Amino acid sequence: MPFYRSHILVCADPECLAKGAHDVVDALQDELVAQGLLDEIQVLETSRIGSCSDGPEMMVYPEGVHYVGMTADDVPFLVEEHFLKGRIVEKFREVHKAIVDEELGPLRPKEVRVVLRNCGEIDPMNIEDYLAVDGYQALGKVIGEMTPGQVIDEVTKSGLRGRGGAGFPAGRKWGLTRQVPGDIKYMVCNADEGDPGAFMNRRVLEGDPHSVIEGMIIGAYAVGASYGYIYCRAEYPLAVETLIVAIAQAREFGFLGNNILGTDFNFDLEVRVGAGAFVCGEETALMASIMGQRGEPRPRPPFPSVKGVWGKPSNNNNVETYANVPQIILKGADWYASMGTERSKGTKTFAVGGNVAKPGLIEVPMGITLREIIFDVAGGIKDGRTYKAVQTGGPMGGCLTEEHLDLPLDYEALTQAGSMMGSGGLVVMDDTSCMVDIARFFMDFTQAESCGKCTPCRVGTRRILELLQKICDGKGEHGDIEKLEELCHEVAKNSLCGLGQGAPNPVLSTLKHFRHEYEAHVYEKKCPAKVCRNLIHFEIQSPTCTGCMVCARNCPVEAISGERRQAHTIDINKCIRCGICMQVCNFNAVSVLS
Amino acid sequence: MYAPAVEREIKEVVQEAIEKHGCTRDAFIPILSEINHALGYIPAEAIREVKAQINQDGSFVSQGQLFGLASFYDMLSTQPRGRHVIKFCENAPCHVVGGKAIWDTLRETLSLENGETTPDKKWTLVTTSCIGLCSVGPVLLIDDDMYGNVTVEQLPEILGHYE
Repeated sequence: MPFYRSHILVCADPECLAKGAHDVVDALQDELVAQGLLDEIQVLETSRIGSCSDGPEMMVYPEGVHYVGMTADDVPFLVEEHFLKGRIVEKFREVHKAIVDEELGPLRPKEVRVVLRNCGEIDPMNIEDYLAVDGYQALGKVIGEMTPGQVIDEVTKSGLRGRGGAGFPAGRKWGLTRQVPGDIKYMVCNADEGDPGAFMNRRVLEGDPHSVIEGMIIGAYAVGASYGYIYCRAEYPLAVETLIVAIAQAREFGFLGNNILGTDFNFDLEVRVGAGAFVCGEETALMASIMGQRGEPRPRPPFPSVKGVWGKPSNNNNVETYANVPQIILKGADWYASMGTERSKGTKTFAVGGNVAKPGLIEVPMGITLREIIFDVAGGIKDGRTYKAVQTGGPMGGCLTEEHLDLPLDYEALTQAGSMMGSGGLVVMDDTSCMVDIARFFMDFTQAESCGKCTPCRVGTRRILELLQKICDGKGEHGDIEKLEELCHEVAKNSLCGLGQGAPNPVLSTLKHFRHEYEAHVYEKKCPAKVCRNLIHFEIQSPTCTGCMVCARNCPVEAISGERRQAHTIDINKCIRCGICMQVCNFNAVSVLS
Repeated sequence: MYAPAVEREIKEVVQEAIEKHGCTRDAFIPILSEINHALGYIPAEAIREVKAQINQDGSFVSQGQLFGLASFYDMLSTQPRGRHVIKFCENAPCHVVGGKAIWDTLRETLSLENGETTPDKKWTLVTTSCIGLCSVGPVLLIDDDMYGNVTVEQLPEILGHYE
């Protein structure tokens, strides 16, 4: 292995790429060749370094100098100054702002990182980095010291449950797939993370792909599978690229392919890329898509463990489930089971978003309360506003309110409260969010993503959406709320797969906890949170207005009139309620009423 | 970005895609993705061509099967699109941090509804499924360029980057 005196890490986050990071990398390579420094200095692409706001960004080690905002044209100067003359180029040096990773910062209070432990710490494109942090040691232990049965027992004992959201015990699933007779079996990794607001799996795939691959190889050994697929969504181009590199490196090192680690165990793996269909996250739809079909679910049974990809027994787990496995093998089932509640063990990653002070990616032990997650880990509600609700479980989950804040994080507890664990999106809402609008919004999503195979979901979600739209538009009538409720129950009961069965959850849970908001929309034609356009109007407060005319100039429909230095007025008939006047007013003179 | 596809070009694109991915059943989606990327959309002639070339190799696929795939997956388009495609993330995390105002402004300034293309073929406006960049929402993609923490005031400048 060559020894480099210096490493240049260039941020390859989409934002920096958009600002020309690739051009900078190319220019660096060219310049290092020109200066004869290629053997001494290595250029690597890495995930996010800073905020990317002044991209392209790069870090130079061992000095730890953070450069921002250079173009390809600046590179020759930079290389000459920094690497030939040894002088730091102050012009591009990032000194004013602390280095922040907006997704995954340093360990937060109450966080425990198992799955995310390597993200941002190692170079995902270099398998040696993973090997240095005990990578593939669990695989060695499994192949060298354990029988497949012992591996399954260990995973079962750890209490690891499916992290895709349904929470089926992973060890039991492996055992089922192992029992089914068959000469060919498949391992499938569900990396079709489609829940809006959930990007935990993306970060694991981009930051620590080998932990997922190692988990899959261990699983393959346990269930007797010889081939595997990682089905990754096309919306994650960097994750796909990272996986392809990681798989090639694992193959080169003998962790994939024939005679793994010198034994007669054979297993290989490929990445399949989706083409944009949310429903492919459902396991039977996912397998249909792997086989080149429309991603439509089919009824179960037969379960994939009996009849999966190409009609063969297939074991299907989520990215996070697999990423836990190497640690469980290395540190033992007892260690893993020491975290969590009676029925939910270990840790869970969440992507916390919405109106919290510190959004981003977190990993917390099971059993922690929602209050701790929102207020201690995520810094509480943004801008000092009041907490209103949190949507857990993605678009098929439900809204939980103030009264649920002390619920422990536990599969059963969340289900009982009318929501679900889901894959790990947490959208926190403050008092400016309208719950009818939120429900409409989730319904808009599931309606569009319904694959159309079964009628209750295809037609039912559309009808629910129409009713919600009617209510948001201020056209709700007596009986609409009851009709909505009935329709939701029918769709939940009669749909074929989890998408349709879960789709009414956001409506039902908001109806349960915020029925008064629905009633205000329908009976009083008011939107209490002042969000729904047809139910609000804007007004300029004459004493506060200075007549600066900023609002009038910015109004897209010229609905604001008034002389300079005199209070302005809004013509309600012309106003399209875009809210720009409120945003641009420097004196808080525009208010919204309902 | 995309010139109208001529017949010879379609033939070549299809041939390249099939050479790269093979012509087994599980290659159909990768082949269509490849064509979509090269041509900007999947014209009916391309579907006919894929069918002809695959069936020539002894495998079997029908046009209906291929069209079924092209119309099912969001990232595949059966209609021509504008030179630049604006993909707006309209999912909850972006929505609650001000995405709605961005979406409304985009629709109003371009006079487009979701899925429509401007008469001059410059812009196509679509919503996209969550691209997982929620911590910098609201997010929009123009072609392959990502814009995060977008505000209404920034929009004219962002759109101005494109010809």
